[in-house]
Amino acid sequence: MSTDTDTQNLTLVQAVRDGLRTEMQRDEDVIVLGEDVGKNGGVFRATEGLYEEFGDERVIDTPLAESGIVGTSIGMAAYGLRPVPEIQFMGFIYPAFDQIVSHAARLRTRTRGRFTCPMVVRAPYGGGIRAPEHHSESKEAFFVHEPGLKVVIPSTPADTKGLLASAIRDPDPVVFLEPKLIYRAFREDVPAGDHTVPLGEAAVRREGSDVSVYTWGAMTRPTTEAAENLAAEGIECEVIDLRTLSPLDRETIVDSFEKTGRAAVVHEAPRTGGLGGEITAILQEEALLYQEAPVERITGFDTPVPLYALEDYYLPSPTRIEEGIREVVDFP
Amino acid sequence: MSDVFDRAPDDRVQVLDESGDLVGEPPDLSDAELRDLYRHMRLARHFDERAVSLQRQGRMGTYPPLAGQEAAQVGSAAALEPRDWIAPSYREHATVHVHGLDLAEILLYWMGHGAGGWSTDANVLPPAVPIATQIPHTTGLALAAKRRDDDAVACAYFGDGATSEGDFHEGLNVAGVFDVPAVFVCNNNGWAISVPRERQTASETLAGKAAAYGIDGVQVDGMDPLATYRVTRAAVEKARAPGDRPRPTLIEAVQYRFGAHTTADDPTVYRDESEVDEWRKRDPITRLERYLRETGRLDDDGVVEVDAAVRDQVSTAIDRAERTARPDPDGMFDDVYADPTPALRAQRSHLHSLRDRHGDSAFLKD
Repeated sequence: MSTDTDTQNLTLVQAVRDGLRTEMQRDEDVIVLGEDVGKNGGVFRATEGLYEEFGDERVIDTPLAESGIVGTSIGMAAYGLRPVPEIQFMGFIYPAFDQIVSHAARLRTRTRGRFTCPMVVRAPYGGGIRAPEHHSESKEAFFVHEPGLKVVIPSTPADTKGLLASAIRDPDPVVFLEPKLIYRAFREDVPAGDHTVPLGEAAVRREGSDVSVYTWGAMTRPTTEAAENLAAEGIECEVIDLRTLSPLDRETIVDSFEKTGRAAVVHEAPRTGGLGGEITAILQEEALLYQEAPVERITGFDTPVPLYALEDYYLPSPTRIEEGIREVVDFP
Repeated sequence: MSDVFDRAPDDRVQVLDESGDLVGEPPDLSDAELRDLYRHMRLARHFDERAVSLQRQGRMGTYPPLAGQEAAQVGSAAALEPRDWIAPSYREHATVHVHGLDLAEILLYWMGHGAGGWSTDANVLPPAVPIATQIPHTTGLALAAKRRDDDAVACAYFGDGATSEGDFHEGLNVAGVFDVPAVFVCNNNGWAISVPRERQTASETLAGKAAAYGIDGVQVDGMDPLATYRVTRAAVEKARAPGDRPRPTLIEAVQYRFGAHTTADDPTVYRDESEVDEWRKRDPITRLERYLRETGRLDDDGVVEVDAAVRDQVSTAIDRAERTARPDPDGMFDDVYADPTPALRAQRSHLHSLRDRHGDSAFLKD
């Protein structure tokens, strides 16, 4: 981690903006493009002021066409630029899916490295903001499943800026998913100027010896809250914020489990085919003999994300997370 | 009919000018039907004002307003028969209501109830929130109607931004190739959130894009209810009995979004209020009201009557929507498949037992 000494007190969405701005100042090949990112400053104001500072050739309001936005970015990246396309909500990324998986993810492989795709696709993801239909999806697993892509989900303002900077400087395509539920939930000190957080490294948010709880993004907060509640009952959780979902930090995942022998995974995406299964498999492969209980998955249900009247039931809450963790700790 | 289709893409069809004077051939509508158009437009405007206000008061979630777009929404829907199908975007509150959808159902969707659609017997697909995705569905509906020889027409509604999406191209292309009975109504309201129509495409008109698919394209004054009715009616009749013209039609209804994209949007960031003022002078409701008054079809009493009726209708709908209890969380697991999978059954009973033990207050944030 490289940092300057000055800090600013920022929300997560302000940290996105600060990260973009810092990288654009650092490297004129960095180009932001997408729907409403320019004059409007983004529907969440994540790009506010960038159009005024860098002009319409580096902050581009595109027509309404996700496949076009990402496909154009791939061309720009192949030419040598560092495009940062924004998809307005993750639920609207699907028209661009073909471009991301068939081209961005494979350009390096198919050309044996002659052409590469140093592109960062940013999209807000996840539920809990009482948004309309298709605005609450959490489908990170689609992208983790695709070889050639990196997938990053920050959970704090400082990480957001640092991980975004690393993603932009990374030689390969990154899907950078932003937890919009906590875009403005809290502030923290974020290093001003150049600041990077390496991709592929998880963060231990809370140390504990009884059970390892793996999570990321917006679920980090209810998970930490559940861990604090359980501590009052004498259950000590180790909360691990994965931060990068592809590639996973297997070392941190396994090290914690070797200490606790028990694990739970918390994610808001549907259970079936979610990352909980992948993390469980890593524990089976690398630490079977340490295992003392079945791994618990505390997740969204295998249903479409409901409209907002029911979303509080769909998203893992501290109550649900505590229940799940107790199951693991009480086993057998 | 031919005067509607045999014209340049920028030769905009108009029946009433901005002051409500007759400047084109009026459609064949009875006095009662004309007053009904007016009532529906007034209803749409009032519904919209109340909906925005409900959102502001925290009684409803994000809502996409339609003010300014009543003529295109009501005029075109009035040209359809109940057997016809509609595939709407998320802003077509008035269109789907004219086609048989209860106002309370529309409110409940924006209040976060339901599974993503409406409870209705009307031939209306659920609103398409991703952009332009309903356009190929419309082609499919029309292809199916043709195959079944049902004499039904399918009608898509979408905005100017949607014409930039791949699905617009693919849907219209297939419609042209298979000559299906479809009408594609583009409600060009000038803005796709912050992107103005002229930055959406370098094409001079949206209607002109029809040429690429070998179908008819017509531009109409979308703030003129009689013109939108007339053009849609002509397109629907052609779809049913094509003669020597292609069945599908792309209609570009030129209009303006008076308000924000949604209640989460602030248009003052990206457009001048003076532009809005300019378009307000073409208010479709004022225009039709003047025409009806001038031609003796409506008087002060009639206006007062409509006023009271729409207020009553909207507040009844709001009452019904607000009295509707929060849906049972069990319902989340229904209708994912025809038969719930074992995983879904297990998850439903898990949530059930959690609620039994902790109570609903452990889950709900409000």
